[in-house]
Amino acid sequence: MSTTTIPQISARRRRTDKVMRGSLFAATMVALIPLILIIYYLLRKGLSAWTQSGFFTSDPTGSFFGSPGGIRSAILGSLEIVALATLISIPIGIGVALYLTEYGKQSWFANTVRYFVDVMTGVPSIMFGLFVYIVLVIGRFGGSGFAAWKGAVALALLMLPIVIRSSEVVLLLVPSSLREAALALGAQRWRVVFRVVLPTAAPGLLTGSLLAIARGMGETAPLLFTVSTAFALTFSLSQQMNTMPFLIYNDITSPRAALQTIAWGTALTLVAIVLILNLVARLIASRSRMA
Amino acid sequence: MIPPDTTSKEQSDMSTAGGPRPERAQPAPQPSKAATAQKTGHAVNVKDLNAYYGDQHAIRGVTIDFPANEVTALIGPSGSGKSTVVRCINRMHEEIPGARAEGSVTLDELNIYDPNVDVTAVRRLIGMVFQKPNPFPTMSIFDNVAAGLRLTGTKSKDLKELVHRSLQAVGLWDEVKDRLNEPGIGLSGGQQQRLCIARTVAIEPEVILMDEPASALDPISTLKIEELIDELKERYTIVIVTHNMQQAARVANSTVFMLEGEVIEHDETNKIFTNPSDERTERYVTGKFG
Repeated sequence: MSTTTIPQISARRRRTDKVMRGSLFAATMVALIPLILIIYYLLRKGLSAWTQSGFFTSDPTGSFFGSPGGIRSAILGSLEIVALATLISIPIGIGVALYLTEYGKQSWFANTVRYFVDVMTGVPSIMFGLFVYIVLVIGRFGGSGFAAWKGAVALALLMLPIVIRSSEVVLLLVPSSLREAALALGAQRWRVVFRVVLPTAAPGLLTGSLLAIARGMGETAPLLFTVSTAFALTFSLSQQMNTMPFLIYNDITSPRAALQTIAWGTALTLVAIVLILNLVARLIASRSRMA
Repeated sequence: MIPPDTTSKEQSDMSTAGGPRPERAQPAPQPSKAATAQKTGHAVNVKDLNAYYGDQHAIRGVTIDFPANEVTALIGPSGSGKSTVVRCINRMHEEIPGARAEGSVTLDELNIYDPNVDVTAVRRLIGMVFQKPNPFPTMSIFDNVAAGLRLTGTKSKDLKELVHRSLQAVGLWDEVKDRLNEPGIGLSGGQQQRLCIARTVAIEPEVILMDEPASALDPISTLKIEELIDELKERYTIVIVTHNMQQAARVANSTVFMLEGEVIEHDETNKIFTNPSDERTERYVTGKFG
């Protein structure tokens, strides 16, 4: 019986391995530096605003002198506009994704829709604002020019392709054996969709939707020409409204240091809300993994 | 394993069938008189069936009669079209994009390919059990069994009783009666497959199609499924696709040997395995190819 010898790894291969590992690690570090710096600056500059009295409980005064006020109207305004945008974009988005996976499949129409959805994902967000500005704001549609609901429409347009794409991926993950099982029991297709496909995909759909919401929450451009801004607190969607991204944009360009601090505090708040949304999404997804 | 009366019935069937049968679709032997009283099943007749996947001609002029209350096994090498034939019987074949079928499949007198026939009604009459157990992952054991009714919008006065009866029919009731609200995917593979059979039984079909129902299971679970098939044929007409020739020999009254989309031989199971008429059948069942 002859013994088998395993050849030694050559010095050259060891060297190549080291170089590759090192350069990939370096690339990761380079990517991490700006992320860490952003979080560091946000915390350093924003936390001092959080500790000011009335930061979360009062509205911005809008006056250049005197107390700058808090950011309550911006938080509530953002939440309200994004909530409306969510109500518009999530049902339509999941509906389109269901059409693509369950009915359209690989037909030319479905593929055309997919193509345009991809194009829409790449459209700069300011285009959605301009579109709504031209269609709804200039024409004073609904009796007024700028209005919160028009900003929500612009955000919904922005979120729609994200919802469609993420939902389609999740729906395709639902095993076709489950659809077959349901069809073989004599179920109509729409019942298969609503009783089997949707419940099975629910955790993934939720995650995708929350990511779209987080994205919409941070957008400034679609709101610039649609919501305009008002510092006072309002719950009426047909009025101008304050939002967090807009307040940051407004205050950071101000020459007054107190207002710049407010802008950093708002930015930190925005990041915190988006972070919480992402954590919730992860929690839900890990709680109920798809089988 | 097999109740004594069934055994004697099968033996008497075998003794009455004599002489070589011609190739292709043959009406399989009539059920014995003793069992006729409790027979409630319905016959399925496949005639001149052609099925395609796009340009690929998968089934070439197949004619098979599946007698009521009997188990008919389809055997043959991979790609011979066994599963496709079965999927044409409950019109699941057409769910595959680009797939189509021509010819006629009748359940008693009803042509299920008639344009006026509701395809969902066909599938309620002709249930199907798949190769891999596929309980609905979001549903409990109870809901899985009730799924057929709920998915078809059928109102049942006593859902609990139906679920109980269906689980009893597949011998799963005692194993799961204390955890009906737990997820169906928490069961073992064999239990899941019996759950899927219970789900099919619950819609009270006339015919049950089984596409390699035990190929993903361990030997003990396989044995349970085979015993179950033997019990189920009292009430249903059963068509089973199998790669396992011992399984066909154990459960089937008659066996169809298929090759390249055609029926080569259809005869009593005993004859197919001991004295087949066609040389290709003999080579397949003796393991010389396939």
